Amino acid sequence: MYDGSDVRPPYRGLEGWSRDMPSELKAMKQSEAEALFRRIGITFAVYGEGGSPDRLIPFDMFPRVFSADEWHRLERGIKQRARALNAFLVDVYGRGEIVKAGRIPGRLVYQNEAYETAVCGFVPPKGVYSHIVGIDLVRTGPDEFFVLEDNCRTPSGVSYMLENREIMMRMFPQLFQHNRIAPVENYPGLLRRTLASVAPRKCEGEPRVVILTPGHYNSAYYEHSFLADMMGVELVEGADLFVEGDYCWMRTTEGPKRVDVIYRRIDDAFIDPLCFRPDSMLGVAGLMNVYRSGGVTICSAPGAGVADDKAIYTFVPEMVRFYLGEEPILNNVPTWQCAKSDDCKYVLEHLPELVVKEVHGSGGYGMLVGPKADRSTIDIFAEKIREKPWNYIAQPTLALSTCPTFVDEGIAPRHVDLRPYCLVGEQIELVPGGLTRVALKEGSLVVNSSQGGGVKDTWVMAE
Amino acid sequence: MRLLVSHETVYRFDPPMKGVVQSHRLTPSQFEGQTVIDWSVEVEGATRGAAFRDGAGDWVETVSLLGPVEEVRVIVKGTVETVDLAGVLRGHRETVPPEAYLRPTHATWPDAAVKVLAEEALEGVAQDEILSRAHALAKAVSEAIEYTPGETEATTTAAEALALGRGVCQDHTHALIAVAQASDIPARYVTGYLESGNDGAAHEASHAWAELFVAGLGWIGFDAANKCCPDARYVRLGSGHDAQGAAPIRGVASGMGIEAMEVDVSVVDGDRAAGQSQTQQ
Repeated sequence: MYDGSDVRPPYRGLEGWSRDMPSELKAMKQSEAEALFRRIGITFAVYGEGGSPDRLIPFDMFPRVFSADEWHRLERGIKQRARALNAFLVDVYGRGEIVKAGRIPGRLVYQNEAYETAVCGFVPPKGVYSHIVGIDLVRTGPDEFFVLEDNCRTPSGVSYMLENREIMMRMFPQLFQHNRIAPVENYPGLLRRTLASVAPRKCEGEPRVVILTPGHYNSAYYEHSFLADMMGVELVEGADLFVEGDYCWMRTTEGPKRVDVIYRRIDDAFIDPLCFRPDSMLGVAGLMNVYRSGGVTICSAPGAGVADDKAIYTFVPEMVRFYLGEEPILNNVPTWQCAKSDDCKYVLEHLPELVVKEVHGSGGYGMLVGPKADRSTIDIFAEKIREKPWNYIAQPTLALSTCPTFVDEGIAPRHVDLRPYCLVGEQIELVPGGLTRVALKEGSLVVNSSQGGGVKDTWVMAE
Repeated sequence: MRLLVSHETVYRFDPPMKGVVQSHRLTPSQFEGQTVIDWSVEVEGATRGAAFRDGAGDWVETVSLLGPVEEVRVIVKGTVETVDLAGVLRGHRETVPPEAYLRPTHATWPDAAVKVLAEEALEGVAQDEILSRAHALAKAVSEAIEYTPGETEATTTAAEALALGRGVCQDHTHALIAVAQASDIPARYVTGYLESGNDGAAHEASHAWAELFVAGLGWIGFDAANKCCPDARYVRLGSGHDAQGAAPIRGVASGMGIEAMEVDVSVVDGDRAAGQSQTQQ
């Protein structure tokens, strides 16, 4: 928020608001916000962290703010990255030019667990594999952003982006009168348009879009039903769909209705027991055959996960150069691959300074934050790395930006990250905003809600 | 060689199922070793559709039956003209990169014994002689698993079959894939038919073998169960990472019924059959 002792311009509209808010009012508003979240029922865990679906994620009322200029640059970088990731997916399931050119080792791509030979040689409608790209970013300086990871499969949390805004507008309408804040509420409409734009070859007329959920036991079920509601489409489970002839159908009280586009929130392995895991009860038998023969579109496309693997992440800037012929606008965090012996040696020698992650881990588990760890924890981790070096990558601890946050003592800086949701269909769209996660513990760098993280509204100031 | 294939699979359900969906890989591959003269796949009462050629070059079809389904009868009949290419899959169009077949599945996972078998088999065989290495691995698997029906199951893995030392063509194939991948040679599971003639060797008309990728030559078949490479007696249907992925018929039935399956396959040398009928004139 501050630039030295001055308030940075985007935050100027909030300085008086936060300074003048009496602490009783603050406490009242905070409990009001919590009550609203409870009433709406938005209590799910984000980012596949598991945990109780009834847990409420703490909401911090102090918004995170970007100026129009800051956002403009971010937007270009995010769209660029989303284009490159999709070009990579079409390539590695097609001719594999990037591997042939020696820019990415074939082993990392073709032997990757997320590489699906079942879709080799298939180009999905409009050449899009990843229709919703969630790119996790941190800021380390006025003009310096780093990408922590890409999420090309089914990034969650967008319902928080929408609900956080909704609640802020209800509680502080005057803030939205006095500040020109770019809207995010058109996201569901854009998502629907994006999904309809990738209707399959055999689709006739207005495409029918559905959301396929694993069911109400899933931690993100709230989001699935929320998005279905906001988009005005059906929310279905595998048992509601069936394959007959060239198409996929939805059972309804008025008889079967053809389904054209499925926004699935289930993993690849469960999509179709005839193609992947034969014991899957969540998917639809024969769906992959209908998909491959152009009768239905599955979003994100099966196989998209190979682009967001942590081992592939290192090569995303290379993808930008290779496919787009551009220099990457957003940088990767420098990453050491323990699979490489030189890197591994460096990592083992510098563990107290580094953050070490599992290649396939998520949710902040199985992770070592060197500067916060004691000697014995580091020793145990070093042993794990020596045992399975290929399972780990390491990154420097970044000086993450902070954002003013309401805490017991008043307002204090807390570290934040950002996940914007880029939509890729016939066009690439990005609503101005995203989900800001905040590490509520003082000094903490871990923003995961399972480890003391919360969420904030994210503002992009209109020009 | 002109091979006449007749392959009938019957599934019976008790009580009847609400519906059945199957994915078929039951059409012979297109490559220089075989030409289809006529071919049909029939399933009475089924809706067909969603057909396509996949990245591995296989023709895939979908059939569905609405319940109550008591029985599904899949009848495959056809004639294929074959030539002996010494196992080489010449002129086969596919897009899956061979490297993707280096990744093991549950069925082909290499345990320590698999790795030891692979290392021993390759002792003294030059690193760059991939074809010789492939032959050595196939020979080692033939010797390590004795052809014995009834000792293994559909779910038996390569490591389990090698530990047991007995098995059928599926086990030989999984084991060969495992040792090949452990030796950095891409390998896959192939299904098809085999004309077994009367030479007395152990065969199954509905057959499986492995293909190993040899740079410069391409994919080459190795039938460790029969200690040979596929020749004109073989009809190739399709491939996959293991038996499950390559299965000619994969199906899901919805309902609570118990499934029973019967398979009847015959592969006849058409020239010899014609010759026999002449002697009866």
